[in-house]
Amino acid sequence: MKELVIISGKGGTGKTSLMASFASLAQDKVLCDADVDAADLHLITAPVVKERHDFQGGHTAAIRNDECTQCGLCQDLCRWDAVSDDFEVDYIACEGCGVCVYFCPEKAIDFPLDTCGEWFISETAFGPMVHARLGIAEENSGKLVSLVRQEARKIAQEKGLGLILTDGPPGVGCPVIAAIGGAAGVLIVTEPTVSGKHDMERVVLLAEHFKVPAMVCVNKFDLNLDQSQAIEEFAKSKNVSVLGRIPFDPIFTKSMVQGQTIFEYERQSEAGETVKQIWEKTRKILGFQ
Amino acid sequence: MIISIASGKGGTGKTTVATNLALSIDSDVQLLDCDVEEPNAHLFIQPTFNHTETIYTPVPEVDQKKCNLCGKCNEICQFKAIVVIGETVLPFPELCHSCGGCMAVCPEDAITETGRELGIVQKGFCNGIQLIHGKLRIGEAMAPPLIRAVRAFTRPDQFTIIDAPPGTSCPVIAAMKDTDFVLLVTEPTPFGLNDLKLAVGAVKLLNIPAGLVINRSDIGDNKVQEYAREVDLPILMEIPFDRRIAEAYSRGEMIVEVLPEYKEKFHRLYHNIINLAG
Repeated sequence: MKELVIISGKGGTGKTSLMASFASLAQDKVLCDADVDAADLHLITAPVVKERHDFQGGHTAAIRNDECTQCGLCQDLCRWDAVSDDFEVDYIACEGCGVCVYFCPEKAIDFPLDTCGEWFISETAFGPMVHARLGIAEENSGKLVSLVRQEARKIAQEKGLGLILTDGPPGVGCPVIAAIGGAAGVLIVTEPTVSGKHDMERVVLLAEHFKVPAMVCVNKFDLNLDQSQAIEEFAKSKNVSVLGRIPFDPIFTKSMVQGQTIFEYERQSEAGETVKQIWEKTRKILGFQ
Repeated sequence: MIISIASGKGGTGKTTVATNLALSIDSDVQLLDCDVEEPNAHLFIQPTFNHTETIYTPVPEVDQKKCNLCGKCNEICQFKAIVVIGETVLPFPELCHSCGGCMAVCPEDAITETGRELGIVQKGFCNGIQLIHGKLRIGEAMAPPLIRAVRAFTRPDQFTIIDAPPGTSCPVIAAMKDTDFVLLVTEPTPFGLNDLKLAVGAVKLLNIPAGLVINRSDIGDNKVQEYAREVDLPILMEIPFDRRIAEAYSRGEMIVEVLPEYKEKFHRLYHNIINLAG
């Protein structure tokens, strides 16, 4: 079983649109939305939720005021200034480290496990899908990313499916690190802009750091041909496979507004043909059906 | 006054709005790029950085000679960042959240703190804008402490614009918390709307007044406008799609330089923000 993760560094370069297009082209796969912070793939794949689970990522401190003597030790120890002057814990600031809980001389601090999100196993027209929703302002996005990927692997094993297509988060931090470890490869979708190039370079270095083979494709390439070329040259210098260029085409937005993949929206299109070629190359490089 | 610019969805134009707004304000302004995973504002402001410092977060270091293998550090750590294996105590610095619990609990004073490099903070100046940004070290997972290091440079006497990262989890909150106003930027598409709703949830949680900029305002449908009216989120600016803007952006150029009529629009946006933030 092999997993392809689509990432980008910069947000909004077309990860999810490309992922949805691949979902129409690939055979025998599980879909996995690992952008748990701002998941969008479900808006195209229209999942019917079969299983819903709470995600408990960590703890938050809560002071029982009737037992608190206001000695102030928790305030002194807390490195996040999460304990207010009147001894209330700011649950947004609380890191869940438990130091105050451990040291409170009155044992007046509870430390309940937080439900900080939900994850789902669903059926879609494209196959099974695992996705999640992290609660707003929550931490532990990396843990939730690892969890949805693990569940996607379980389903692939149970159903004998050889491929997992994972929609990754933007950036290079915690959730992205959790999304790419152990993948067969990452496909970096970028755009030919100064930001697209800058962010692609950082995410190429991240893939290199974690020893995950990387591939790159340039979306909206005709917006700036010089930048497209510069991106491809950088990729080649890093031994990153350059898979192709997708033209700037309103079909991506139009199909998204209809809640469809570009192939459902229009069977034949120029953008669609380039996406098919990129898919074929990805398939050959990673060696799956 | 400090305002933050956020979006939920990535690539909607946060940095475009932040940089053009900064350039349209007549007085000196501070721009803090808190998208430390992928900072981009400097590509448009193009300052000369005259100050660079490396930022560290404290992580434990164990003096094995003093350690009596009691295991209390292992017990207090919620992040599995320090464990007793056989006859040694092994810290895993990359998992450490820097709470200091292990050091505080150690009865033998065998634990001291050293630093794990989070990344760098750089300061520069160009066209009346002081730009400060953080750049997360490649391989480093934790953005929030670096975001807080960037925000430590806030000068209360100046108008400060914070360019926040995408999403709605801890890095966004670190960038948005304790700002006087949040300017949300989105695009009128199903993805833009879905993620805007999440961002509005974060803004409500922090109880900060907010307004909306709709970028590429004519590319999708009008559900974002309808939603904004429903939740009383004032639409402060709409930027229609213009290939000239997209191409200028691709080269690192500013809208207000390529289409000077936008300077007045961003100026008005600034005054609207001042009024709404009270």
